[in-house]
Amino acid sequence: MRHLLSTGDLSRDEATLVLDTAAELAQVGDRSVKKLPTLRGRTVVNLFYEDSTRTRTSFELAAKRLSADVINFSAKGSSVSKGESLKDTALTLQAMGADAVVIRHSASGAAHRLATWVDGSVLNAGDGTHEHPTQALLDAYTMRERLGRLDGLRVAVVGDILHSRVARSNVLLLTTLGAHVTLVAPPTLLPVSVDTWTCEVSYDLDDVLPKSDVVMMLRVQAERMRDSFFPSVREYSRNYGLDGARLARMPEHAIVMHPGPMVRGMEIAAEVADSPRCTVTAQVANGVSLRMAVLYLLLGGS
Amino acid sequence: MPDTNGPHLIRGARPLGGDPVDILMADGLITAIGPDLEAPEGAETVDATGLVALPGLVDLHTHLREPGREDAETVASGSRSAAAGGYTAVHAMANTDPVADTAGVVEQVWRLGREAGYCDVRPVGAVTVGLAGERLAEIGAMAESAARVRVFSDDGICVSDALLMRRALEYVKAFDGVVAQHAQEPRLTQGAQMNEGRVSDRLGLPGWPAVAEEAIIARDCLLAQHVGSRLHVCHVSTKGSVDIIRWAKARGCDVTAEVTPHHLLLTDELVESYDPIYKVNPPLRTAEDVEALREGLADGTIDIVATDHAPHPREAKETEWSTAAMGMVGLETALAVVQRTMVDTGLLTWAGVADRMSAAPARIGRVGGHGRELAEGEPANVVLYDPADPVAVDGAAMATKSSNTPFRGMTLPGRVRATFLRGTPTVLEGKIK
Repeated sequence: MRHLLSTGDLSRDEATLVLDTAAELAQVGDRSVKKLPTLRGRTVVNLFYEDSTRTRTSFELAAKRLSADVINFSAKGSSVSKGESLKDTALTLQAMGADAVVIRHSASGAAHRLATWVDGSVLNAGDGTHEHPTQALLDAYTMRERLGRLDGLRVAVVGDILHSRVARSNVLLLTTLGAHVTLVAPPTLLPVSVDTWTCEVSYDLDDVLPKSDVVMMLRVQAERMRDSFFPSVREYSRNYGLDGARLARMPEHAIVMHPGPMVRGMEIAAEVADSPRCTVTAQVANGVSLRMAVLYLLLGGS
Repeated sequence: MPDTNGPHLIRGARPLGGDPVDILMADGLITAIGPDLEAPEGAETVDATGLVALPGLVDLHTHLREPGREDAETVASGSRSAAAGGYTAVHAMANTDPVADTAGVVEQVWRLGREAGYCDVRPVGAVTVGLAGERLAEIGAMAESAARVRVFSDDGICVSDALLMRRALEYVKAFDGVVAQHAQEPRLTQGAQMNEGRVSDRLGLPGWPAVAEEAIIARDCLLAQHVGSRLHVCHVSTKGSVDIIRWAKARGCDVTAEVTPHHLLLTDELVESYDPIYKVNPPLRTAEDVEALREGLADGTIDIVATDHAPHPREAKETEWSTAAMGMVGLETALAVVQRTMVDTGLLTWAGVADRMSAAPARIGRVGGHGRELAEGEPANVVLYDPADPVAVDGAAMATKSSNTPFRGMTLPGRVRATFLRGTPTVLEGKIK
C-alpha cells in the first residue's frame, strides 16, 4: 500500500490489518507518555484546502504520536490563495522532502491527481463528494469495537448520500468487510445509479431502524433546501431525522454513529446525540489511532 | 503560407478506396483522372501507391481560439493542424475573445485564414451578442460580410431560451443560413463535470445527464419544423439523441447532426483516472451510447463527423478535474479515429467517409468548392491517406499549438500523407509544407 485514496482499493485483508494495527496503537493513547519513536525523522504534510480543524487535528496528533515532523499547509494565507496550482504546490512539497501528504480538497479526485505528481504517499483526507477513507476506516473500527464484529452487521446510512464522501467510502469498505449496508434517504439525495451499488436502498427510515445494528446519520446541509432537494428542514427532519422515539425502535444493542459535525435538530435530535448509544466521541478518539495505523502502514514504520 | 507551384501528378491513388488511378492537378483544378496518365512537362509526381484518395476534409466545428487565446491556438497554427489532418476547410467557432458576433471579428478571422493559406477558414457567427443568450447578434451583417457567414452558433453555450432560438432559426432563412445548436439544458447541467451515471456516482462528480442534451434537441427539432428552417445539432453524444434525430428526420424536419471522433471511440470509464485530458463538453458517455452513435453515423441519422477541436494550454489540464478546461484537440486524429471506429468495423466505406467528412459538412455549411467529387474539372482539394501505417499518438508531435489529445498513447491505424488545397500541397510526405 503506497497511497490511501479510496477504500475501494483495500482488500479485506488489508482493511483488517489497518483495523488491527489501530487497535494495537490505541494502547499508546492510554499511556502517560503518548508517543512512539516509529516515524522519527519522517515528514508528514497536512495539505488542507478546506477548513476542517477536527480532521486536521486528528491527523496532526496521529503523526506526532508516531514522532513524525508535521507541517500544516493550509490553503488560506499561503501561496495557494495567490493562485498557485495544486501541481506546483505538490512539486514544492516534494522538493521539501515530504514523505507523506495528507490532503483535504473540495474537488473530487484531488488526491488522485496529487498522487501523480509526488513520490511520497498520499493520504486522502476527504476529496469533494468522492471519498473520505480514514473516516470509513475509523467508523468500521468503532463498529467492531462496540459490537464485536463486522461480518454480517446490518448498517443503515441515513441522509445526504448524493453529496457524501463518507457514504461512498463506507459502502465500499463495509461491503469488503462483510457488512450489509442500507442507504436511507429521500430519492433526491441518492445518486441516480444507486441501484448498481453493492447495498440496499430504502426511502423509509422507520422500516429500516428495527433491522439495523448500526444507524449512521449524515449531516444534511440546510442549503440543500434551496436547491429543492427537499421541501423544508422540518419535513426532512420529520421523515429522516433520528429522535428519541425512533431511537426507541432500534434494537437494544444498536448504536448511533455520526461523522460530525452534527446538525442538532436537523438529522439528529439532541437527546439522541447525547445518549450513551451515540458513538460520536468514541469515533473521534478512534480516529487518532486509526490515522496512526494508516501513517504507520504507508510509511513502513518499524 | 505554402508555395503555390506547378502541376502535380498523383500516381496510383485509390479514389474512395477504389481501383488505383492517376490524378493530374493544375491551376487549382483536377485536370485529368484515370489510369497511366502522361506527366506534363514540369509536373511534380507524387507516388500514392496504396493510398486512399478522398476529397479534402471539411470540419464544421473547430475552435481556432484567435482572437483572444493565442496561447492555445492561432488561426495559423490551427489551420496547419487542419491541413495535417487532411482538412481543406474548417469552420472557426465563435467563442473567441472578443466573440465573433460582429462583421468585424468574422472578417478578421477569415482574413487570418487567407493569410495562413493552409485551408479555407470559414468563420461561424455567434447567434447572440457576446454568447449571452439575450439578444440576436447582427447575423445579417456577418452573412453579408466578406466572410459570407452561413453557420451561426453560440457553441460552448446553449441557446436555451426557446423564443430566442425560434427567432434565430427564422432569421437565418433569409440567407440560407443554419443555426448550429450546442444542446445543453443549463439548469439540468449546473456544475456538471461528466456523464451522469455509474461512473459519476462512484467518483462523486456532478453529473451531466443525457436528458439535458436530448430535451433541447427534441425542442429544437420541433421548433425548426414549425418555422420551416434548417437546424444543425453539434456534437451529438447520446443514444437518446440519435433516436430523437432519427424520429425528427422521419417526420420531415430539416435537421442535420454531427458526432465527434472522441464520442465515437471513448467512454466515461476513462474519467476514473481523474485525468482532465478526458474532460470535454458534452462529456464522454457510455459504451452503449458509442455504439448508437456509430450506428447513427452509418445509417445517416448523423450526417457528419466534426472534430470540436478544442485546444487548451497545458496548465488548463494539469489541475484537479473540477477546475480543468473542457475540450480536446482532434483535427490531426479525426480521420484515423473514423477509420478505426467506422471503416475497420465495416460500418462505413471510404465513399461513406468522404460523404460524412467532406461532402455533407460542405453542404451544411454552404461551402463552395469543397466536398466535391474527385473528377475532372473539380477544385483540386484532395487528401491522400495511408490506412495501413499505424501511428502512436503523441500530442507533442502535433502541429496544433496545444497537446490535449485524449488519444495520447493509443495507436491509430493510419495517417495522412498529403493534402492539396486547390492543387497546392499543404502537406506532402506527411510533412506540413
